[in-house]
Amino acid sequence: MPSESSPTTSTFQPIAPRPAPRQPGGLLRWLRVNLFGDWLTGLMTLILGCALLYGATLFFSWAVLRAVWQPNFEACRVDGAGACWGVIAEKYRLILFGRYPFETQWRPLLATSLLLALLVASCTRAFWHAWLALLWAVVLAVFFTLMHGNVLGLCLVETDRWGGLPLTLLLASLSMALAFPIALAVALGRRSSLPAIRTFCTLYVELIRGVPLISVLFMASFMFPLFMPEGFTLDVLIRVLLGITLFAAAYMAEVIRGGLQAMPQGQMEAAATLGLSWWQTQRLVVLPQALARVVPSLMNNFISTFKDTSLVTIVSLYELTGAMSLALNSDADWRPFMLEGTLFIALIYFVFCFALSRYSLWVEQQVNHGTPR
Amino acid sequence: MLKRSPNQKRASWRSPALRGRLYQLLAIGLIAAAVWFLAHNTLRNMALRGIQSGFDFLSDPAGFDIGESLFPFDSGQPYWQAFLIGLSNTLRVALLGIVLTTLLGTLLGVGRFSRNALVRGVCYAYVEVFRNIPVLLQLLMWYLLFAQGLPAASEAWTLGPLFLSKGGLSFPIPVWSGAGLVFDFPVKGEFAIEHGGSLTPEFLALLLGLTFYTAAFVAEVVRSGLQSVDRGQREAAVALGLSPRQSMRLVLLPQALRVIIPPLTNQFLNLTKNSSLAVAIGYPDVVSIANTALNQTGRAVECIAIVMAVYLCTSLATAALMHRYNRRAAIKER
Repeated sequence: MPSESSPTTSTFQPIAPRPAPRQPGGLLRWLRVNLFGDWLTGLMTLILGCALLYGATLFFSWAVLRAVWQPNFEACRVDGAGACWGVIAEKYRLILFGRYPFETQWRPLLATSLLLALLVASCTRAFWHAWLALLWAVVLAVFFTLMHGNVLGLCLVETDRWGGLPLTLLLASLSMALAFPIALAVALGRRSSLPAIRTFCTLYVELIRGVPLISVLFMASFMFPLFMPEGFTLDVLIRVLLGITLFAAAYMAEVIRGGLQAMPQGQMEAAATLGLSWWQTQRLVVLPQALARVVPSLMNNFISTFKDTSLVTIVSLYELTGAMSLALNSDADWRPFMLEGTLFIALIYFVFCFALSRYSLWVEQQVNHGTPR
Repeated sequence: MLKRSPNQKRASWRSPALRGRLYQLLAIGLIAAAVWFLAHNTLRNMALRGIQSGFDFLSDPAGFDIGESLFPFDSGQPYWQAFLIGLSNTLRVALLGIVLTTLLGTLLGVGRFSRNALVRGVCYAYVEVFRNIPVLLQLLMWYLLFAQGLPAASEAWTLGPLFLSKGGLSFPIPVWSGAGLVFDFPVKGEFAIEHGGSLTPEFLALLLGLTFYTAAFVAEVVRSGLQSVDRGQREAAVALGLSPRQSMRLVLLPQALRVIIPPLTNQFLNLTKNSSLAVAIGYPDVVSIANTALNQTGRAVECIAIVMAVYLCTSLATAALMHRYNRRAAIKER
């Protein structure tokens, strides 16, 4: 039996809803928290901000306000003149294409565009098929035909006249493409249970990684002719390409080995249980997973090889860096404006490398799809 | 490995052990053939071209001067001393570079976690700019800056006892005189800064170029190391009432070190190897000396072998040192 309600009880009266608390947000709040969180942060912001502003004004004044844009070296030499971008306007063809004959420079232009298109295509998902390898072969063949000539009514241009951007791109992409199979073999060899093969692969990797690229390039350009049988000569471009390939392969092998090592033992055991042979296990089980894991590191590898191609200028191949020094050093009028020329090609390198590094982040996300984190 | 079953005693193509042995024999044979082929060709070519071989040239007088060295050198001294001076120059720039790049790289890497958005942004921008431009280009740029941007010695920039000019950086050095340790101060002369110690523009360009380039990579190494420390550690440090600086110094960095050291070793090795680019800006490191010696004597094989041996030894020594340090920093369980 319910007890009698006391006279003090009244019916439930809900309190009127209050407005939600003001959500702190907006640009101003972000600025306050992130730039002036406490006095130390605020002080740092002030000091750094002033320094940045000062540096930026100086640079802006030099690079834009006082800059000379016309290809006129006398205007550049006036006291108080800033950056002399005219040097780029005057010399860009020499910088981009090196000593390639001037009137036939549409050929390297076309070849470079094709190679660039191929690189971009290889980076997009729609092209990730087996026929991409065929496409590479075709484009490289066209590239060589265009650059070298001597067929189809194109005049012959020896490889020592090649230079600039086409040479840089060729060295980077071809050495990477050639290094990959070598690296794969060496990485597998280093994890092999056969002692002789393991020792040889380890020796190769450690020896190459222990010496600077420049000594490998010196070897390719000075010592290689001694290694070959009498009367056998190989073009210096090919020798240097070989050197870079062997060098890049050692680093790439270590990256791939990292991927192989990260494979759980259970995968190999499962493959053995299914009765797969060693080759089958590697091809069907281990490599697909291991390679997917190391794609970002492989991209990093590609970036450093791309940057490393700048060293071939030391053994007198005029790729982008070499072509720039050649273009400016050979002309006394423009020689003082080397800094502007260097900044220009630094920008080219930066654009390529930065794009590649952004792309590698994207690939990392693609590869990680479906992988529980 | 697969075990051989007892009824499969006789040699068979299906036996992995036998095939393994065959593969190895094949590999050894191929490598031996290749080595023989190369050595045979080299000896024959050398004989044909009348190239002398051997390291006996090392005791001949070098016949060239070296722009800067820690020890006095003149062209009458033998090649091996020139090589030693090159080696000392390489080690000097590499050691200083490693110290500076560690400091700068750690600052930049820690800066990526700053509460100050401006600091975070600057560190990010630094890393992206400096690691995406070839180091050779950066070296050339520093060298050009020093060659073109700095005033002549008579109008050197002065900061206290320091002088910066086209002639390089001059600074006071302690000297042992009869009375005790005194400082030898640089003095501005008419054509050059006299007295005191000095660093040449080539050395400075190489040092700064290598430091700024490698610091970008070290910053990334430090950042990923710090990120690898479990989130709970940071929270526990906050719960214990540690300030952000204390938690970084006492909790996060010691644990991150374990992840950081192996890739950091690689960066140190890279810096040392990249110091070989000195040849491009005329700093007399071991590669430049070898290059000059090669051009003078024509003994390519020997000179390149010396360079490779020097770098291999430094690489191995650095790797061994860092390995010992890594063992000390490694986690000690039970």
